[in-house]
Amino acid sequence: MSGLAFYLPFIWAFIVILAISVYVILDGFDLGIGMLFAFEKKPEHRDIMINTIAPVWDGNETWMVLGGATLFGVFPGAYSTLLPAFYIPIIIMLGALIFRGVAFEFRIMAHSPNHRAFWNTGFMAGSTLAAFCQGCILGGYVQGVHTSHGAFAGGAMDWLTPFSVLCGLSVVTGYALLGTTWLVWRTSDELEARCRRWSKRLSILMILCIIAVSCWTPFLHAPYLHHWIAFPNILFGLPVPLLVALAGFLMWRTLDKEHAITPFLCAIGWFLLSLVGLAITIWPYAVPPTLTLWDVASPVPSQLFQLVGTVILLPIITGYSIYSYYLFRGKVTKADGYH
Amino acid sequence: MVNDHELPLTIARIQFAFTVGVHIIFPAFSIGLSVFLTFLEGMWLKTNDNRYLNLFKYWLKIFSIVFGMGVVSGIVMAYEFGTNWAGFSAKAGPITGVLLSYEVMTAFFMEAGFLGVMLFGLNRVGRRMHFFATCAVTTGTLISMTWILASNSWMQTPQGYVIDQKTGHFLPHDWLAIIFNPSFPYRITHMGLAAMLSVAFTVAAAGAWHLLKAKKGGTQADSTIRLMFSLSLWMIVITAPLQIIAGDMHGLNTLKYQPAKIAAMEGDWTSETRAPELLFGIPNMKTERTDYAIGIPLLGSFILTHDINGKVPGLKDYPADQRAPAPIVFFSFRIMIALGGLMLLCGLWSLWLRRRQRLFDHPLFLRVILTMAPAGFLALLCGWVTTEVGRQPWTVYGLLRTKDSASPLALSSLSFSMLFFVAVYLFVFGSGLLMLIRLLRATPEAADNTSDDIMILGSHHHTISQNKDAS
Repeated sequence: MSGLAFYLPFIWAFIVILAISVYVILDGFDLGIGMLFAFEKKPEHRDIMINTIAPVWDGNETWMVLGGATLFGVFPGAYSTLLPAFYIPIIIMLGALIFRGVAFEFRIMAHSPNHRAFWNTGFMAGSTLAAFCQGCILGGYVQGVHTSHGAFAGGAMDWLTPFSVLCGLSVVTGYALLGTTWLVWRTSDELEARCRRWSKRLSILMILCIIAVSCWTPFLHAPYLHHWIAFPNILFGLPVPLLVALAGFLMWRTLDKEHAITPFLCAIGWFLLSLVGLAITIWPYAVPPTLTLWDVASPVPSQLFQLVGTVILLPIITGYSIYSYYLFRGKVTKADGYH
Repeated sequence: MVNDHELPLTIARIQFAFTVGVHIIFPAFSIGLSVFLTFLEGMWLKTNDNRYLNLFKYWLKIFSIVFGMGVVSGIVMAYEFGTNWAGFSAKAGPITGVLLSYEVMTAFFMEAGFLGVMLFGLNRVGRRMHFFATCAVTTGTLISMTWILASNSWMQTPQGYVIDQKTGHFLPHDWLAIIFNPSFPYRITHMGLAAMLSVAFTVAAAGAWHLLKAKKGGTQADSTIRLMFSLSLWMIVITAPLQIIAGDMHGLNTLKYQPAKIAAMEGDWTSETRAPELLFGIPNMKTERTDYAIGIPLLGSFILTHDINGKVPGLKDYPADQRAPAPIVFFSFRIMIALGGLMLLCGLWSLWLRRRQRLFDHPLFLRVILTMAPAGFLALLCGWVTTEVGRQPWTVYGLLRTKDSASPLALSSLSFSMLFFVAVYLFVFGSGLLMLIRLLRATPEAADNTSDDIMILGSHHHTISQNKDAS
């Protein structure tokens, strides 16, 4: 394998993991807010919750489109095996995302209380279902996909196992925690206080999920376990659980105090660490346990052409995304700022 | 009838047609409407005439709903290539996947990033920055159209690639040739004009409804409505004839690069000179003739080649397994042409009435314009059916067959997703349509004047307020 053909998939694996991480964090908190509609019934609070994400959710969801499009262009072998493998959960997730996406507008423009209640429920159920499906897909991915000659060759329901369901529930928990900690940062008074309480409960649940998934994963495939205990990998691997514990400690301490953003950052930390752990586990497979990054990569000219654009455009995108967040910064309160 | 092993493929094709057909309405609406909104806000800044601002806010609410529906139905498209068309994705991903990624990076993020400012930021950023955001969103929709049509056009008239002999994958060889492929300039012009025309007819119909309502109530519609109606009709007057010219040029391009598609569109079986133009007929794929044909002599050759002695292709020039299903293409093409003609007539009629100063109170004209509300979108869909069904049996024209593009999916999976999408789409987008109609029933004046800051959430009496002591 010549130089570029070897190195480019490396770079692209990094970019894809980055895009997925950004997606999971950004859409994670706004899907989480959708789930919290199940517990927060007060209309004023619900409106405030929505208002914290209304200007940014479109952009958050665009990272998911970027993830799909990048796989399509750079790792078409993965795109064309993984998507048929997770056909059912992907289709359900897409339907759920449709419901919650339109609910943003529909619930506000609803002409009767019943209609509004319906779209509030749609927002909640769609967000929860989308998160659960994403977790199942992640779990199904880690446990592996049956392929033959580079194409999906498994059954339609292979993805559905106790492990993938556990991952589904873990992602639901994690997104809900991102949601509550986001609201701790972006709201005030009664709503903030409630979110601090919820964050505590969800943190405990989240830690349990992380432990359960982490203990189960190495035993799915022999190489997974090997990755973690072999030297020198263990040197990279060991800090991960330690950092998870540190984030947990910080989260717990700051939830009781006046810290606004720290709990949210800790929740993000947990997600990033989980994704790093995942990357260490399945490396170098793009479709575990058979196809490596190099097996599924595009020809070099495709990877190069897309890399040029990505290197130029991603910083610009990051720039105006940050501007948009900055513009709508600060605690969101009830309407008193009419002009 | 389709036999058993073709059934999954047929369902996958129907599903793609359904999901992309519903989806394309929203981007087309967004493209046309964002151009209109940019014009309205620009005029408001220039003239300080509040009617423009009121119209801007009125259509901005519509835009936010349409845009949202476009985003969610578009995510489905980004994943459907992989779920249902794995064969195509694996082989053509190195080209179309890369173009799609560029669309996401250059367009989707820009639209989404500035949409928040456009919807909620007028008082937060000031007029100029807000106008900049509106322009950015509009530019985003246009860039998005450029990439997706480059990708679609490449599938219709592929060039700039080499085929890997071992794997059958398309390898990019010359990106400029891939993007600026032969049908791209014609297709993008045709689609851009279609978006403008579709939105112009929607805006005009909303205007006509209010004018008729005012007339019924014995009053005169206010000047904002009249302004809106007048603007949309000017748009129709300009774009309808341009669209016919663009369509004609697109047709010539298709004749050159995809003559088999032209043969299906025209229902011509044998290649001939001095060919008639069929007004009606039922192409029969089995007997290889077009039944009940009624045609105008010589017109077919003249339209297609601009020469009454010109030679037009026939379906029998091509093997039976390389022919598009002519009945669908034949009719969708004719419906599109008929709607195009009606739209042109509406434009001409409006000029005549304008001259006689009866534009706002001619009842028949107003009723016709109201009825024509979906005309642009219908023509647009018929155009897409013509070009997409017309390139069958290929996904990448002449190179990759549709049957080799599908995913290895069980019939049960495909049936599930088909029913699921139909149910979700009909319910969600049906609700969206009803909501749009309800919004359009309000007059622009009623559009929230209490706050410049919030356009959408304002209707809900809550706003995002900025707290100085943000952490």
